[in-house]
Amino acid sequence: MGVVFTAVLAMVGVSAALALYRLLRGPTTLDRIVALDVIVVLTVVAAGVYVAYYRDGSNIPLLAAVALMGFVGSTAAARLAARRERHR
Amino acid sequence: MNPVAAGPVADVIAACLMLLGALSCLLGAIGLVRLPDLPARLQAATKPQTLGLSLILLGAALRVELASAVTMVLVVLFQVITAPVLSQLVGRAAYRSGALPDDGLVVDELAEHLPADALVGDDPPSDSDDARA
Repeated sequence: MGVVFTAVLAMVGVSAALALYRLLRGPTTLDRIVALDVIVVLTVVAAGVYVAYYRDGSNIPLLAAVALMGFVGSTAAARLAARRERHR
Repeated sequence: MNPVAAGPVADVIAACLMLLGALSCLLGAIGLVRLPDLPARLQAATKPQTLGLSLILLGAALRVELASAVTMVLVVLFQVITAPVLSQLVGRAAYRSGALPDDGLVVDELAEHLPADALVGDDPPSDSDDARA
């Protein structure tokens, strides 16, 4: 099982690096918001891998909280970004 | 501790689910970098990521006790509900701010329902109502 978890974490890490590239590259604010949301989802995924590896369910409420905060943050940022870009 | 499913078969199933989920996340992230414009990137950012999260949390849920597994299913359900909401919001914001390429839309049904000056003028009525509330 150790090999499987290493492979899974490697793929999730590469995914996060690619999302980080999109976050830095842009080109619009909305692209960055989408990339940040992907990074939040990948954080939840990595915490899920931790849960599976150690068979430890104690940080599952953290998963729910991070997913919730990510949604609220991305939604608020999307509304604000739309308003600002329209005045250009 | 009493896991949902124990034994080598359950371990293999969990490993397969988690590998598939990680692959889905990776493909979505590659799409996020490679696809040309915002609506296409929205597809890559929502559907493969939701599928990857579902598969990985399902694989993890097989390895923990039942109460934790139920909470993880709730997290998956929450993600399935919220991902389309964010996708819709970002897509609408991109359309309204003029970030979409004009020749990228095959059908533009929203333009028929908006006033002609809504895209360049003030907030359209439906948007300003809930913004001022």
